[in-house]
Amino acid sequence: MAKTYDAGVKEYRSTYWEPDYTLKDSDILAVFKVIPQPGVSREEAAAAVAAESSTGTWTTVWTDLLTDLDYYKGRAYAIEDVPGSDEAFYAFIAYPMDLFEEGSVVNVFTSIVGNVFGFKAVRSLRLEDVRFPLWFVATCFGPPHGIQVERDKMDKYGRPLLGCTIKPKLGLSAKNYGRAVYECLRGGLDFTKDDENVNSQPFMRWRDRFLFCQEAIDKAEAETGERKGHYMNVTAPTMEEVYKRAEFAKELKTPIIMSDYLTLGWAAHNSLSKWCRDNGLLLHVHRAMHAVMDRNPNHGINFRVLAKMLRLLGGDHLHSGTVVGKLEGDREATLGWIDLLRDRHIKEDRSRGIFFDQDWGAMPGVFPVASGGIHVWHMPALVSIFGNDSVLQFGGGTLGHPWGNAAGAAANRVALEACVQARNEGRELEKEGKEILTNAAKHSPELKVAMETWREIKFEFDTVDKLDTQHR
Amino acid sequence: MSNVQDYTSRLSDPASRKMGTFSYLPEMDDAQIRKQVEWIVKHGWNPAIEHTEPQFAKSNYWYMWKLPMFGETDVDTILAELKACHEANPDNHVRLIGYNNYTQSQGANMVVYRGTPV
Repeated sequence: MAKTYDAGVKEYRSTYWEPDYTLKDSDILAVFKVIPQPGVSREEAAAAVAAESSTGTWTTVWTDLLTDLDYYKGRAYAIEDVPGSDEAFYAFIAYPMDLFEEGSVVNVFTSIVGNVFGFKAVRSLRLEDVRFPLWFVATCFGPPHGIQVERDKMDKYGRPLLGCTIKPKLGLSAKNYGRAVYECLRGGLDFTKDDENVNSQPFMRWRDRFLFCQEAIDKAEAETGERKGHYMNVTAPTMEEVYKRAEFAKELKTPIIMSDYLTLGWAAHNSLSKWCRDNGLLLHVHRAMHAVMDRNPNHGINFRVLAKMLRLLGGDHLHSGTVVGKLEGDREATLGWIDLLRDRHIKEDRSRGIFFDQDWGAMPGVFPVASGGIHVWHMPALVSIFGNDSVLQFGGGTLGHPWGNAAGAAANRVALEACVQARNEGRELEKEGKEILTNAAKHSPELKVAMETWREIKFEFDTVDKLDTQHR
Repeated sequence: MSNVQDYTSRLSDPASRKMGTFSYLPEMDDAQIRKQVEWIVKHGWNPAIEHTEPQFAKSNYWYMWKLPMFGETDVDTILAELKACHEANPDNHVRLIGYNNYTQSQGANMVVYRGTPV
């Protein structure tokens, strides 16, 4: 039946609050944590978020009647209390498939975290989780290679991979930097890494760095008989420059390059990821800037959404937090998003902050990367928490060894293998960690010294972004 | 510097070559190998054995010892095949693989008998 035009301002809930709505498999679902302005009801605030993140504007317009908004409007379909908060609530919103461009992560997020985040009717707003339907997943590009292909290319099985970020992060000459890389790789690491802000500064231009690092890789491979890589950071001011650096890395036959997906930009990162698949280079992804969006528990975007976004955009590795190191990271929440990065089908699990089932279809998985403030004593917990499909990166925990990088690398490799061996034998790593490491150190003076050096270091600040169930 | 130990890996020394997972640990004894075979069986992975002359260890394709033991869950049978491969190729690296056909990857891959460095 045709509707009539009635100019003026209507309550959002009359159009965008549909508690009886039956969800479709094709809908994109989102859950926001909302704190409304005083005097705004939950239903009205939820409906306002649905409207402002989809088709709505503040007043009725006659052109609304030229289309059928049922195919385009977001619907707030449920409201829930946030455990431990009197003022915040969860608003569940369903968006129909017609609202979005296929394969465009950029388009989806321009809608659902667009203008709505500055909207006056809500005091704060946080996107906690998004369910991407299979049609959307299948139209996105995904990881250039994925976990299995990387294992085959690098010839590494049955254990987590080991890496190290070269320090000091800024200020070394290319040749000295390559020395640090060589020492780490010959000592037993699989990868070394450019720091996120190592691009092409005057003290070390990218081309020199790539050349010296490749020599380090080649020699370490010949010496150890194992495959090695250095994440050559191609993050640059323009895409022309990004491609130029990536092409040079390819000419060197290096196995892996890296990008900062948030500062580089999502479309740019998506393009680089496609380039990596076309050219056979693995892509390591750093997440500089993520804490701007994900750390405030009441406003922004939860990291689990940024992690899902990266899997859609494409990347073979993504930094995920360590749980045990120097950087922010709640254990259960981290376990939740590392599964979202790696697995094919992930069930709703509120105890890990996962609000929706997520089916990735045949899209490959991403290696989660644990990096920041970790050392040999953390190894049993890391192997237990992250399992085999992960990259464990020890920066200071390699380079800070009293005998140098090669010894530091060997200490980490021995500790890792001892933990994997013990786990396979059925031992409980987090209970028996000390005994396992002490026993392994009998055959490794490098590990013994590492254990003496870092014994007392602990990072025990409270986590700021906790799961909501844990607030009280 | 007297308390700093040199890292003795050398390009000129074939003994410096490593061979993947567990090659930074001492060579496993029979009891330890058994535990690793049990780990593979426990996961329902298909055991397989490969070997190579150490100088060609970098290749993706080592020689298969017969065929992967699809569906084999008897630990002693698997251990006996490992021993047989080692005895027939005493100077070669012999590795044990657990094929995970769900992930299309190798859930386990370790050299259990180390060859003679060349």
